[in-house]
Amino acid sequence: MTVKIKVENLNFYYGDVQALKNVSIDIEANKITALIGPSGCGKTTFLRILNRLCDLVEGARVEGKVLLDGQDIFAPDVDVVALRKRVGMVFQRPNPFPMSIYDNVAFGPRIHGVRDKRRLDEIVEASLRGAALWDEVCDRLHRSALGLSGGQQQRLCIARLLAVEPEVLLMDEPTSALDPISTMKIEELLQQLKKRYTIVIVTHNMQQAARVSDVTAFFLSGELIEYNETGIIFTRPRDRRTEDYITGRFG
Amino acid sequence: MTAHFKDRLATLAFWLAAGVVVAVLAFLLGYIMLHGLKVIDWKFLTSEPETIRAGGGIGPNIFNSFYLLFLSLIIVAPLGVLAGIYLSEYARENALTRSIRLSIETLASLPSIVVGLFGLLLFVTTLGLGYSLLAGALALTIINLPLMVRITEEALRAVPHDLREASLSLGATKWQTICRVVLPSALPGLLTGIILASGRILGEAAALIFTAGLTTPRLDFSQWDITSPTCPWNPLRPGETLAVHIWKVNSEALIPDVRRVADGSSAVLVIIVLLFNFLARWLARRASLRLTGQ
Repeated sequence: MTVKIKVENLNFYYGDVQALKNVSIDIEANKITALIGPSGCGKTTFLRILNRLCDLVEGARVEGKVLLDGQDIFAPDVDVVALRKRVGMVFQRPNPFPMSIYDNVAFGPRIHGVRDKRRLDEIVEASLRGAALWDEVCDRLHRSALGLSGGQQQRLCIARLLAVEPEVLLMDEPTSALDPISTMKIEELLQQLKKRYTIVIVTHNMQQAARVSDVTAFFLSGELIEYNETGIIFTRPRDRRTEDYITGRFG
Repeated sequence: MTAHFKDRLATLAFWLAAGVVVAVLAFLLGYIMLHGLKVIDWKFLTSEPETIRAGGGIGPNIFNSFYLLFLSLIIVAPLGVLAGIYLSEYARENALTRSIRLSIETLASLPSIVVGLFGLLLFVTTLGLGYSLLAGALALTIINLPLMVRITEEALRAVPHDLREASLSLGATKWQTICRVVLPSALPGLLTGIILASGRILGEAAALIFTAGLTTPRLDFSQWDITSPTCPWNPLRPGETLAVHIWKVNSEALIPDVRRVADGSSAVLVIIVLLFNFLARWLARRASLRLTGQ
């Protein structure tokens, strides 16, 4: 196994409030890691640290190390923009840009300097195929993305991300705003994607974590309580609190 | 008094208040149009104003109003949009931005006649611009800058935060995010704001009396030498706008047909401002339809 992201003694503060306490975890390449836990446990905060979206919050402070392929992403010489190109995010609510489907997917390549029309066409098609959306939209690429259904919009957001060829996909409850069929499509897609990408997914839905992930991490009140193969977490958790949570006794 | 009765009473009060607003507008519009429309014809819209004889028109005044609008927009729009971007996207909450906001609010509450007199001192006299369209445009800039900044800031803030994060997560820089995602999404709001501000600029009189002046040289539209006082495009020539003309005709004109000119001018001004408002709504609707693709 290869460790893609190594987190060591991570503490995170919003002003005076400590949102993450001494979290250490190894996230493996080409696996799906699920982060579960009740609301406010710090799992989304943890996800947003991995591509430094947490920088946008005023008064936020980070201690500890996050190593991506061995390099500290909080080192002073790190280019945040380059980091985010390698570690992209899919959000809870589908958030396509108010432009055409084509322009949404071409957005990333364009800002990274791809100008050639043919090359852009190729990237757009490959990305939409990668997100299992091509067949549904290939005849209306130049219509507004906001005319798509919620599930299609979310897959478009994934395609938009694939177009910049990231290494890690962060997903913040990507199906919580979607219907069951769209959810199923996205879950199937994740199995395809993990062959090429490292995926970290936050989910409120324990069945989803059990279905899609290889590894599960359970957070509670800012602490990483337990971290193991998904099969083990859901059948023989070591910690009493993990067992209480996955059996639905709280949260 | 039962709760049910109070409920009906409250409904009635709201309905009446709204009714008064509509009635006042309808009465004003009706009155102005009734008296003004019969004055308006092609000759009135195109001929020059008279100083002592009857039969003058408002041609140069309409031209001055639009040209002055254009001049002030090319100053106020970039300034206001840039300041609005700064406040919405870059400024953090601290003493500096609080003082910027306070300045903008104070600027917005200055009476326009005071801005006009300030313009007379600074632009007309000290800077030596004389009574000129440029001095008028600068005075209008002072009046409309706060509005422009606020419109921009609000239009940008209305863009969902999600979109910014999505763009940043694709490896876009902050500037790329603003240029390619935030500004285009805010465009309908920005356009509406600019056009509504235009309506205000067209109707402004007090600030222009002492800056753009009460006279217009005899304009020669075949004159393209921009430094000539008869060239319509010369920003350093004086230029009486339509709104100022209405004020002047009513307060100090020597013409015998004051009532006719005032009625006609008022109707033309009101129609232009209304058209601008309709244009703003139409553009905003079109732009948002294009963005959502329905």
